[in-house]
Formats: sequence, structure tokens, C-alpha cells
Amino acid sequence: MELLFFYLVALVAVVSGILVVTCKSPVNSAISLVMTFVCLATFYVMLQAPFMAAIQIMVYAGAIIVLIIFVIMLLNLGTAVMKKTSHSIAGAALLGVIMLLQATYVLNRSAVTGTQGDITPDLVTTMGHTELIGRSLFTDFLLPFEIASILLLVAIIGAVVLAKKDV
Amino acid sequence: MPEVLSLSNNVPLFLASMLVKILAVFVVVILIVAYATWVERKVIGHMQTRLGPMQTGWHGLLQPIADGLKLFFKEDIIPTEATKVPFVLAPMMILVPAFITIAVVPFGPDVTLFGYTIPLQISDLNVGILYILAMAGLGVYGIVLAGWSSNNKYSLLGGIRSSAQMVSYELAAGLSIIAIFMLSQTLSLRGIVEAQTGPHPLFSFLPNWYILSQPLAFGLFVIGSLAEINRTPFDLPEAETELVSGFCTEYSSMKYALFFMAEYANMVVISAIAATLFLGGWAGPFFGPINLLIKVFAFMFFFIWIRATWPRVRYDQLMYLGWKVFLPLALANIVVTGIVVLGMQ
Repeated sequence: MELLFFYLVALVAVVSGILVVTCKSPVNSAISLVMTFVCLATFYVMLQAPFMAAIQIMVYAGAIIVLIIFVIMLLNLGTAVMKKTSHSIAGAALLGVIMLLQATYVLNRSAVTGTQGDITPDLVTTMGHTELIGRSLFTDFLLPFEIASILLLVAIIGAVVLAKKDV
Repeated sequence: MPEVLSLSNNVPLFLASMLVKILAVFVVVILIVAYATWVERKVIGHMQTRLGPMQTGWHGLLQPIADGLKLFFKEDIIPTEATKVPFVLAPMMILVPAFITIAVVPFGPDVTLFGYTIPLQISDLNVGILYILAMAGLGVYGIVLAGWSSNNKYSLLGGIRSSAQMVSYELAAGLSIIAIFMLSQTLSLRGIVEAQTGPHPLFSFLPNWYILSQPLAFGLFVIGSLAEINRTPFDLPEAETELVSGFCTEYSSMKYALFFMAEYANMVVISAIAATLFLGGWAGPFFGPINLLIKVFAFMFFFIWIRATWPRVRYDQLMYLGWKVFLPLALANIVVTGIVVLGMQ
């Protein structure tokens, strides 16, 4: 049952992923990308990580793609002129094969070593996935968390400076 | 204590109960949506010393059905210059998030049936609030795509206005909810309703509803949500006088009706969420769902009342209010709540 559901969602994810690159209109590509993100969120839910799923939809589908659509709308990008050269296709194919090999290599190498951290499936169900993430963000990973916040703050200030006519 | 009905102990009964719950909630929401249009016209009519619809049925009671039939049989026009796929998708993309948000709202206490405990809630997500915020974020797409795909400058302006507005007010409304789950210490809506049972810690004659401990968050959430669902006084995206209905100018027939239904469905959803987060959910003197319905109706009446009395705000005032008043207030509320929660421990 769960496997069947996985294949169904995976099919939608892959098809919409292909649509992202093949759609002629950039807005349709963006909608397909949203669909891919929703499928990824479904996978997170199936992996008992509902928090990740909600954040995935909120941040990627709810904010970033809205921004992309905004840009497409305001620049009024019509159907893009497709420039297909044999060089770029060959290059992309080569790169794809290399990345596939790399992914299979890494997966075969590290997934079977069996190293286990402190977080067990039991702990996730009893204590809750959100609490675990929150606790480790504010204790073990406090410094990276704060650095990321400052990075975002810098980005916001940068945006304000760029948007302002006279600083 | 009978065990909770789930997929692992009785599959057919679980599926049947889920179907019944989903159908019941869906039908109730659709009915409220249909009759909210009638109530809105009646209430605004009486507030302006008119009668409102009177002809179809007793006091115009059949008006929603007549309107629905009219829209259903109207010609469905798709402009030749429109981008077809997003144009057809947009009304659905605005209605679906509105309806699926209601799935996490608990509408009653657990009932025992056939030896199993059945919770009166379609799905108890343990990240319920985040789910609501995520779905609210998805609601933007419908309006943006409708505005863009119509290939009409008024629609595009309406779409851009509304997405800017929704993104800005989503922040303030979302941040105001954070103070709630700092108090309840859970993200599940069921947990939040449970946390609001019992008397108030300071004044024992009052219930422990979060509207009393978080009045500022309540105000921010209600006003922010009003702006998010584009209701008066924040209905700039569909300002008739300047944008000829904004993003839905080019829509006709059932597609237009879907936008209309989405607006009222969003009102129902916001009312139900506000009732759950701040007014104790289904708690009250009657059976669970009835209490919740009373609270929802009270909010709906309030929203209609606002529409009858309040003029539309100007666009720069709207942005000023969202970013320079509501956002700092919501952040300050979080800091103060944090200090109080720490002090009480």
C-alpha cells in the first residue's frame, strides 16, 4: 500500500520534473516546479518528517516560486527562443551520466556502513520530530544557526539598499 | 478506555468514518459558503436600510441557488489571448487550498462508537499550524496566475497587488500565531484546544481562552487574515472602481463562481481557525460542532459588518500597516510572550 503510494507520488514528481525543463512557457515551468515540491513534501511526510514537509511547502512553494513567478510576470517573458546546439546536449548528457555515477557510488558506499546517531525512530515518535529539530538547532547547532540568520539579514539589507533610490 | 480507531485496528470502519467526516465537513462548508452570500447581502442591505434580496423564496432564501444556477448556465468565455492552462487552473488553485485547510480543524470531542474512540477531526497533524500557514501560502498562486494568464492589464495589476498584499500579511498573521504555540507548547490544533480547557490562571471565572492571554495576537491574526483573503477594507486586488474587479475581470460562468466560492470558503476557514486558536475551539455549552459553528458564524457576521462600515484603505497605507505596524507588533509580542513564559517556569 505504502509502496504503491510512493510509486504514484514518485511518478508525479518525475513527470512534473521533466515538465519543468520541457515546458515552453516559463510560468508553466514554475507551476510544474511547485508540483515537484509538493511531491517532495509528500515524501517527507511518508518519512515521518511532517515539519520538513510543512517548511518545504511554506518556503519553496509558498515563497521562492512566488518570487520567481513575480519576476516572470513583471519582465513579461514570453515563450523563450529555444537554442539547442549539439554541443550543449552532449555536454549535458555527459554531466548527467557523471552525476548519476557519483550518486550511485556515494549511495553504495555510505548507506550500508550502519553508523547510528543518538536519534532513533522510537525517539522521533515519542518526542516528536519538531521538538528534536528545535532542540538541536538551539543547542548543538546554535552557531551555524545564528550565522545563517546574519547571512539572511545581510541579504535583506542588501535588497533594501538596492531598492532605495538614494541611500 | 477504548482504543483509538486507526488504520491498524479496523480498516473498513476507519475508512467509513473518515469518509463520513470528510463528507460532513465538506457539505457544511459548502452550505455555509452558499448561504454566506445570502447573509452578506441581507445584512449589508439592512445596515444600509434596504431589504436586500426579497423575490426568490421567502425573504430571498432561494437566492444562492438561483445565483448558482445562473452562473452554471452562463457561457464560459476563455479570451483568445489568454494563456490557456494557467487560466483554467487558477480558479481551482485558489479553491483547493481553502478547502483542504479545514481538514486540521477539530470540531468536537472524541466520540465512542462501536467500541472505538473516534476523534472529531479529519486529521490531527502534529504540525497543524504550519500546515495552515503552508496552505495559506499556496493560495497566492490562484490569484497571481489568474491575473497573469488573463492577458489584461487590470487583471495583471490586481494579481500583482494581491500577491504583494498576501505575502506581506501572511508574515504578520503567521508571526502572531507563534505566540500561541509558545503558550500551548504544541503545534497540533487538537493540543491547542486541549490547552485552552479549564479556568484562566489569573481570573478563575473566565475560561483559559488565548484571546484573553494574547489579545494583541488575536487582533493581528484577524486583521492579517482579513488582508490575506482580500476582504474589505483590504480588497484592493479586486477594487471595482479602479481595477474593474482586478484578477477576475476576464472570468465568467463557473470559473468566476469558483473565485467567489473561494473567497467565502476562505472566510469560513479563517473563522474556524481563529475560533480554534483563540476562542477555545469546540469548547462551550452545547455539543462540540454546534459551539464551533456559533463561533464561526459570529466571525462571519463580524467580517460582513466590517464590509458594510469600513472604507477601503489606500495601497500605500496597506503596505505601511503591514510592514511597519503589524510586523514589529507581532515580533514584540513574541519577545514579551517569551519573557513571560520563561518567568512563569
